[in-house]
Amino acid sequence: MAIAENNGVKGRANQEVFSSVLQQLAEEDRNIIAVTSDSRGSGKLVGFGQKLPEQIVEVGIAEQNLVGVAAGLASTGKKVFAVSPACFLTARALEQIKNDVAYSDNPVKLIGISAGVSYGALGTTHHSLHDFAVLRAINNITIVAPADAFETEAAVRQALHHNQPLYLRFGKKALPLLTENPDIGFEFGKGRVIKKGKEVAIIANGETVHPALLAALKLEQEFGISVTVVSMHTIKPLDVDLLAQLAEESNAILTVEEHMINGGLGEACASFLLQKGYKKPFKIMGIPDEYTVTGSQIEIFKHYGISEDGIAIEVKKWFQLANEDQYYVDIK
Amino acid sequence: MMMTDRELALKSIIYRRNILKYIIAAGAGHTGGSLSCIDILNVLYNDVFYNVKPDNFNSPDRDRYIQSKGHCVEALFVVLADRGFFPESDLETLCRYQSHYIGHPTKKVHGIEQNTGALGHGLPISVGTAIAAKLDKKDYRVFTLLGDGELPEGSNWEAALSAAHYKLDNLCAIIDNNKLQITGPNIEVCNIDPISNKFESFGWSVREVDGHDIKALRKVFASMPFEKDKPSLVIAHTTKGKGIDYMENNLKWHHGVPNVEEYKNAIAGLDMEMQRLTELQWQ
Repeated sequence: MAIAENNGVKGRANQEVFSSVLQQLAEEDRNIIAVTSDSRGSGKLVGFGQKLPEQIVEVGIAEQNLVGVAAGLASTGKKVFAVSPACFLTARALEQIKNDVAYSDNPVKLIGISAGVSYGALGTTHHSLHDFAVLRAINNITIVAPADAFETEAAVRQALHHNQPLYLRFGKKALPLLTENPDIGFEFGKGRVIKKGKEVAIIANGETVHPALLAALKLEQEFGISVTVVSMHTIKPLDVDLLAQLAEESNAILTVEEHMINGGLGEACASFLLQKGYKKPFKIMGIPDEYTVTGSQIEIFKHYGISEDGIAIEVKKWFQLANEDQYYVDIK
Repeated sequence: MMMTDRELALKSIIYRRNILKYIIAAGAGHTGGSLSCIDILNVLYNDVFYNVKPDNFNSPDRDRYIQSKGHCVEALFVVLADRGFFPESDLETLCRYQSHYIGHPTKKVHGIEQNTGALGHGLPISVGTAIAAKLDKKDYRVFTLLGDGELPEGSNWEAALSAAHYKLDNLCAIIDNNKLQITGPNIEVCNIDPISNKFESFGWSVREVDGHDIKALRKVFASMPFEKDKPSLVIAHTTKGKGIDYMENNLKWHHGVPNVEEYKNAIAGLDMEMQRLTELQWQ
């Protein structure tokens, strides 16, 4: 398994992959424009700016203007990547995303960098744990959180030809490749089954897929529990066919995300499954509705159980509940 | 063919009549603001815009118009209908169930560039569009109409900085300075005066004009860009409710809809004005 080989080996951060792929594409296509809000450093676009000064528009620290300007550029046929920390992009400029991009159907590619709790100890002002929720409630925008370098590269390349509003969310943690299986491709709206199992399904996205996969491997090795792991990189539109299949095949489903439990991937899955009549033991792992604990990204993850051990403990608990048939009476 | 000042002035009367007609049909609309900006739109669409035509609205070389004060869409609709973008009878569906003709501009209506309505959005989008023209070395210009009441929106000032930074002399912002907003006079709600000094200090070139003087409006737009390498700002001094005597400068008509008697009075006043303009000796 690729993950095992990569375990402990330093991989590449998604936003580094994003910037190098974008620069490569932009060198071949002069219509590609990056718009930044004093964010080219954190977006790893300094080299892009030096090499392609005609293809970068800097607006300074002004996210509302960033998105409005991006919409105007996109309306003329430019292929626009508006790059800003996810926390500011999707909160400060939410009205511009809603109206100037989504409602006006200007095909801007909104790039939320240092997403989730990537900024760690910088605190809640710099965390984006609301972005899936707010963007899910907006019509005409695709929401994607790639999990590794492969998904990131594929997402950036597909973004170029995606002629509709799009939000891509990247973190800055170095991540190993989840799989090297060439048969597992990447397409917006189609979840990737990273590992096939029989008993429990873990649906995760972004930087939480990696610990979910480690947990699945541990569960299999130590407890003989067979776990499916899916990278549900696209939150909207959700891959409901895959979800239905997972519900048919699994005894319990857990979702994991670097987002508030409110309004994120887990609730999107729950909403579909419940309305389709699937009654399964179901658990959403994410950040609860409280003042987020302080610490590094890894510490915050661990605190909320988003770690190899934390996820394994939850999966085991829900696996046992499902098997004891206690789910409906013992639900906690 | 170029229209005379007299022909344009007479057109404004017809536009005002149509604004009232369709606001009454809809039972809703932003009457006062539509009447304050209609002479500006008249001059833009009939004299200034290059290549803005119904049969090739997709032309990449067309001038762009983005109406930031989207709520005064009735003024834009009557001008677009007159310019042949859609049959005027479409406006009978204004604000009706499933109509594309709603209370703010949307691209579902032929001739409209961007969906607007939330204030403080037109200028940033216009800046992006004007930057694209510069990057592509195209000659089209970008015009955006703002209400004075929307100037406290911070996004305007973010965009004003970028416009000057990128030396967007292909950009023209027009402020429909009717000095009233829904709560009361701008100076009492949130004083934005002096507007000209603010924009000048941001690096814009500013001209002030009587926003109901057709000749003056033509002249000011013809002199764009006012200065090389600077974005242009036209502060159009206007009267809210202009052209209907009992509506002028009266807050009640921000989004008031006239009743039958009021409508008759308004039309009688517009007819008299048309008579006066027809007989006037034009210079």
